[in-house]
Amino acid sequence: MTRAPSFMDRKDLLALAAVAALLLIVFPLALDGFRLNLVGKYLTYAFVAVGLVMCWGYGGILSLGQGLFFGLGGYGMAMYLKLEASSVENTKIQSTPGIPDFMDWNQLTELPWFWHPFHSFPLTLILIVLVPAAFALLIGSAMFKRRVSGVYFAIITQALAAIATILIIGQQGYTGGVNGITDLRTLMGWDIRTDSAKFILYFVNAILLMGVICCALFVRSSKLGRILVAMREKEDRVRFSGYSVANFQIFVFCLGAVFAAIGGAMFTLQVGFMSPSLVGIVPSIEMVIFTAVGGRLSIFGAVYGTLLVNFAKTSLSESFPELWLLGLGGLFIAVVLFFPNGLAGIWRDYVQPSIDRVFRLRSKDPTDPGQNVAKQAASMPAE
Amino acid sequence: MFGEYSLGDLGSIFAMQGFAGLILFSVYLLMALGLAIIFGQMGVINMAHGEFMILGAYVTWLTSVFFAEHLPALFGIYFFVAMALAFCASGLLGMLVEWALIRRLYKRPLDTLLATWGLSLILQQVYRSVFGPREVGVTLPDWMMGSLPVTDIIEVQINGLFVIGLTTLITVAVFFMIFRSRFGQQIRAVVQNRQMAGAVGIDTEKVDRLTFGLGCGIAGVAGSAFTMIGSTGPTAGQLYIVDTFLIVVFGGAASLFGTIASAFSISQTQSTLEFFLSGSMAKVITLLTVVAILMVRPQGLFTLKVRR
Repeated sequence: MTRAPSFMDRKDLLALAAVAALLLIVFPLALDGFRLNLVGKYLTYAFVAVGLVMCWGYGGILSLGQGLFFGLGGYGMAMYLKLEASSVENTKIQSTPGIPDFMDWNQLTELPWFWHPFHSFPLTLILIVLVPAAFALLIGSAMFKRRVSGVYFAIITQALAAIATILIIGQQGYTGGVNGITDLRTLMGWDIRTDSAKFILYFVNAILLMGVICCALFVRSSKLGRILVAMREKEDRVRFSGYSVANFQIFVFCLGAVFAAIGGAMFTLQVGFMSPSLVGIVPSIEMVIFTAVGGRLSIFGAVYGTLLVNFAKTSLSESFPELWLLGLGGLFIAVVLFFPNGLAGIWRDYVQPSIDRVFRLRSKDPTDPGQNVAKQAASMPAE
Repeated sequence: MFGEYSLGDLGSIFAMQGFAGLILFSVYLLMALGLAIIFGQMGVINMAHGEFMILGAYVTWLTSVFFAEHLPALFGIYFFVAMALAFCASGLLGMLVEWALIRRLYKRPLDTLLATWGLSLILQQVYRSVFGPREVGVTLPDWMMGSLPVTDIIEVQINGLFVIGLTTLITVAVFFMIFRSRFGQQIRAVVQNRQMAGAVGIDTEKVDRLTFGLGCGIAGVAGSAFTMIGSTGPTAGQLYIVDTFLIVVFGGAASLFGTIASAFSISQTQSTLEFFLSGSMAKVITLLTVVAILMVRPQGLFTLKVRR
């Protein structure tokens, strides 16, 4: 067996292998193209959920505005794809050829300045990461330096998500309004609407998610991760020990924002459009739910939580649309009241101990020191 | 942007928009008052506040339908009955929710937020199943129709005036209740120091339940007033929840006076801007200004000086 990288212990490596097997082997084999594409869509939300685990679970900062960052990433990618789809020959029936169709409908005759950088693909990729990070830096430094946290931070980030939605819907000519940016066709000449393209994009998506998970694991196991947990538990003590609490909070908030933005960009590629309905309050809170259901302290739990809630949503809203909101609302309340650590907590408290017991029965030598260490690790809280 | 209007026109515009702003102010203030009690005094984030308001609106609608069918002679005064019923319905539901849900979560404010969001989803779906997805509007009694001419261009609607009067009345009543009554004294005592309040013989759990019920009841009255100027749908509550929270935070969470001041400034800014810009831009600019001010001054406009 290969040695695990230093930032993962054996359990993490196993969990990562399980996620990889599920996403890269089981789903592609078991599901048809349509369902696989749906899973791909859910996985883009999982990026946000992993970011929220870092922000909320470890850093103790609940952001209700992750939709804003998801949207920034998604719109960045959508703007690039839209520009490519609106080449002069594709749009020659418009009164101004060469600009996106919705601008033409809104009597714009020139491409707005902030659309220009999105002509270039490398620049688009950079901006997808940089713009949300810059926004998060701005919001974070304004708030955390003044020691705003907890509830107030949640409300203000929620307001920002709401403002973003109103702005996008209001500025139809620049953003495509309530319909969002639709009719996206090619990525550097490669048609993204075909089934095979969606299949490849699914794998890109899953592998990127693995990367993000590894990145989160790395941060968690570093000294930074320990400080984050310390900060969540007793902010003042960390401050009095000489750490700049605000800077750590800003960092983890930016990290969450970047994860969300990558998810947003992948959403645009996988699903083929971007609209304000993915930016506002409702999607932002839903993403918090995915995280809560998976377990706010578990990076892998976030992925399972996202998949599970979305599977439930799709199947329930297909067959009983009335029940779905009741179910979701009830799930929310149940998770908060009875399972504050979500699926990961249930796994840790009920499943893991019995697995350990089975393995202990099998091992012949009960005094094996390695076994005791593993047992201790299992009985420790997930952080 | 003022160029094409004469000075007299501008005066009238500001007066008219000011009046529209006052109506907006009344609705905001009624919603924010309930929230200021729940969030400001108790520290509970009630994301289902909008749904309590909508419950009040539906109760008002039901009452109006009942009066129109069975007591047409008394239709002129149905609104007062509806308001009392709305207060009771929302207040009782609030107390039930506090008992079933909120009291388990006082130590985890962020979790309250999630749980009440779940509650709001459930309530929305219940409204949709019971009252249907379409918006309903109430019939106003005759004496509330029409408008009063002030000058030859400026007119004020009677229902608007009524809502403004109602808001003033309720605000004054809430102030007396919080700052002059024995119950208010207990609320403030529990807020400032729960353990000491318990030690001097206040039943803090009962005070919590009644306070939450009071806040929700006021939301119900707000919903009742809301039917006078707009129609009600299952998801109407969600439209107002962000604004309302911002108003309470902007005013300084623990200060009722701050809530009034911030509701006034936000509604006036928004309705004045609405005349010159599109409605959505007016809202964006107003909210962004509030958020920007909150980033510089996170404690809000007014703060209580309490030793923690």
